[in-house]
Amino acid sequence: MITTAPASTATNNERLTHLQRLEAESIHIMREAVSESERPVMLYSIGKDSSVMLHLARKAFFPSPLPFPLLHVDTTWKFREMIAFRDSIAREIDAELLVHINPDAVARGINPFDHGSALHTDIWKTEGLKQALGQHRFDLAFGGARRDEEKSRAKERVFSLRSAQHQWDPKRQRPELWRLYNARRNPGESVRVFPLSNWTELDVWQYIWLEGIPIVPLYFSKPRPVVERDGMLVMVDDDRMPLEPGEEPQMRSVRFRTLGCYPLTGAVESEADTLTQIIQEMLLTTSSERQGRAIDHDSSGSMERKKQEGYF
Amino acid sequence: MAHSSDLIAENIDEYLHQHQHKELLRFIACGSVDDGKSTLIGRLLYESRLVFDDHLAALEADSKRVGTQGGDLDFALLLDGLSAEREQGITIDVAYRFFSTARRKFIVADTPGHEQYTRNMITGASTADVAVILVDARKGLLTQTRRHSYLVSQIGVHTVVLAVNKMDLIGYDRAEFDRIEAEYRAFAAQLGITNITCIPLSALKGDNITERSANTAWYSGPTFMEYLETVPVEDVAHTEPMRMPVQWVNRPDLDFRGFSGTVVSGTVRPGMRVKALPSGLESTVARVVTFDGDLDEAQANQAVTLTLTDEIDISRGDVICDASNPAGVADRFEAHIVWMHEDAMTPGRPYLVKLGTRTVSATIAPPAHRVDVNTLRHQPADTLQMNEIGLCDVAFDRPVAFDPYAHNRDTGGFIVIDRMTNTTVAAGVIERATRAARNVHWHATDVDAAARASMNGHGAALVWFTGLSGAGKSTVANMVERRLHALGVHTYLLDGDNVRHGLNRDLGFSDGDRVENIRRVAEVGALMVDAGLVVLASFISPFAADRALARGVVPPGRFVEVFVDAPLDVAESRDPKGLYAKARAGEIAHFTGIDSPYEPPERPELHVRTDQASAEDAAQAVVDHLSSAGFLSPPSG
Repeated sequence: MITTAPASTATNNERLTHLQRLEAESIHIMREAVSESERPVMLYSIGKDSSVMLHLARKAFFPSPLPFPLLHVDTTWKFREMIAFRDSIAREIDAELLVHINPDAVARGINPFDHGSALHTDIWKTEGLKQALGQHRFDLAFGGARRDEEKSRAKERVFSLRSAQHQWDPKRQRPELWRLYNARRNPGESVRVFPLSNWTELDVWQYIWLEGIPIVPLYFSKPRPVVERDGMLVMVDDDRMPLEPGEEPQMRSVRFRTLGCYPLTGAVESEADTLTQIIQEMLLTTSSERQGRAIDHDSSGSMERKKQEGYF
Repeated sequence: MAHSSDLIAENIDEYLHQHQHKELLRFIACGSVDDGKSTLIGRLLYESRLVFDDHLAALEADSKRVGTQGGDLDFALLLDGLSAEREQGITIDVAYRFFSTARRKFIVADTPGHEQYTRNMITGASTADVAVILVDARKGLLTQTRRHSYLVSQIGVHTVVLAVNKMDLIGYDRAEFDRIEAEYRAFAAQLGITNITCIPLSALKGDNITERSANTAWYSGPTFMEYLETVPVEDVAHTEPMRMPVQWVNRPDLDFRGFSGTVVSGTVRPGMRVKALPSGLESTVARVVTFDGDLDEAQANQAVTLTLTDEIDISRGDVICDASNPAGVADRFEAHIVWMHEDAMTPGRPYLVKLGTRTVSATIAPPAHRVDVNTLRHQPADTLQMNEIGLCDVAFDRPVAFDPYAHNRDTGGFIVIDRMTNTTVAAGVIERATRAARNVHWHATDVDAAARASMNGHGAALVWFTGLSGAGKSTVANMVERRLHALGVHTYLLDGDNVRHGLNRDLGFSDGDRVENIRRVAEVGALMVDAGLVVLASFISPFAADRALARGVVPPGRFVEVFVDAPLDVAESRDPKGLYAKARAGEIAHFTGIDSPYEPPERPELHVRTDQASAEDAAQAVVDHLSSAGFLSPPSG
């Protein structure tokens, strides 16, 4: 069957911009990954990086539908707005969405208040992710991590090999030259693929702005009920959050720079309620985006340890 | 300041508009910690305001704790990634750093100067437009400077900035700088590095990084940041003919059949005549499809989906080319190989090679020479060890589309993958084809044993394992087969179980039937040898005469007798099938070793003692013997 060309909608006589180059590179990576795996999956965390990654995936395989499902490893402690956003996006683009909730964590009632951020993250996310990957026998998983997020990620490969136990061994990572990625693996091994490796936080925001990519409303400032705890503004998203004596949720204009489990994700006071204001604030701000995450503060090198254990 | 704070604060829309049109520059930074490389990159990040307060607070604390600058900010500490490396005080891998200014976004491949330098530098340089080579002004050009320059030129980076660092420590001496520059230009010209800029700077003090230094009033060139912002991106990909390796056949329904891939060179537009390689089939581009609408034209580095006006057979791995200027097609190449794995290259052993989007099986001949990366001299070599570079003949198992690397990095650069571990063990760049494809495939040849061996990439043999029951014949033979299989050798294992159930099920255990059993096995083995296989036969075969018969039915030199030797008491104590016990109890008659003799081979090709060596060692000894006897390599000539 021969198709005829519709009127062209785009031209490009100039050199590609840095965002066009990054976009093309990500698309190339995704096409390689899908071509060299049998059961790929995209880890969808609902955050802005996942939103960009999902948008790029739609571009990569257009006009075909996404050739893989989305997997959300839910902790039951995500912001309610995140879950609503997740479900509406999946419906809108007609993607297959898998939600995994670790039954052990449910049974043990794991929560960040009684068990602390480290155990909470380990059981819900790290263990939950391994369970989901194992149950579905996925041999390749896309993740939205970027190399600029954290020092230990600067050396992460685009295609990152994981053992049958989902462990990351820095010594077994493969050299990556040119645009040539090696996704081959032995039985039981899997590959994590990071199409946004070379994007920075600014690139992500700029691309969201340029492409009009929908993101969770929590990124925009709005009066929300928060309490101040250990120097962090925690949003009281539901009544599971135990208030300490004297704590009274206050309505303050806040927004979130990263999204995770609501008790572990600090809000920042802000009036930025448009995308350009968010970007403006981000550029003028003086702290890095991961500062709001309790997980990185445990100790220096903690991200690296988590990675070796199988956390993204 | 790189990000104009005023503009951000006053007119964010204008700022975003400016930043939307930035270009991308990728560069590699070469040098050792001693040259101040980490300090230089750390300062670029710092100066472009990509260091946030919390990072800075950590940096101040780290500088006091482990810094090398006496409590001053140690920018190098911004870069160290993995804690194990941090403790050793060295970086031993390629790290990627990012910063941007109003004009460009930069991706820096940060590679160490010493440990595993070749592997890491080649990796980092493979995607670089520009190389930054650091020298310590006090030391001038060192061996490593030459090595770095050679390596980046070898991978096709012809634009180099020589950052003469630590000028503060030589009193900003112009004469010394001029001397280093002259010496470097003379050297680099020999390597084909055409575009050289030398900048005197001090990464520590900030001289000529973003602002012109008063200490070097005699210097009229750009600051380091100015250079990075303005150096023309040498992009041969735009001027080379169109190539698009097909990544994925895009087929959402019966009405649409597109070919998705990245245009790696040239431009493609609807109406363009294209040729798919290696098939050579031609068609015309109908549409250049993207999510954002069809394009009038797609240029190098764009990821698109092409539809054609004819339904021709194209699949992943094919290369869509400008029909008026197509790529070459060949299956034998002369290539520079950079070995990147601790296990040295094994000439003749089949590896996988990924070139573009095609993965094929290939064997690499012993190097014509090895290059000493310090002296650039050619040396004789039998193989390549980790971090060595050599010129080798590479034989693919089928013809592929290619361009010489000098013309096209994407259709001329390949990686080598180990078949057993699946790890990337080497990288190669094609210098030229040594045999065009048509000689292989369109030239009729009689299919004989030599032709089969040529296609298989290895010779054929009947390997005969003889020994007592329980000596370990099957165990060793199985291990040998697994190892040969991993090496890409076509094998077949014949043993009592798989022939007695079929071919020889009419035979019993009388003396006559035992001879007939061996004869039939030998004949089947001989047919399989003619078919090009390495056949492993595992039979007690106690009588020398039977083994001589077997030897006689295969062509001379293709019978390998392996005596798997263990003393009777050892074999009997193993008794894996409980047969000795039955024989001792009189339930089995004519059992070898009990009431029937075993005649040990007098001159076996190989004698392994399984009571003295492990089965693994015995298996390896067999593989080594087959290898040294030439059975595992492609036939010569």
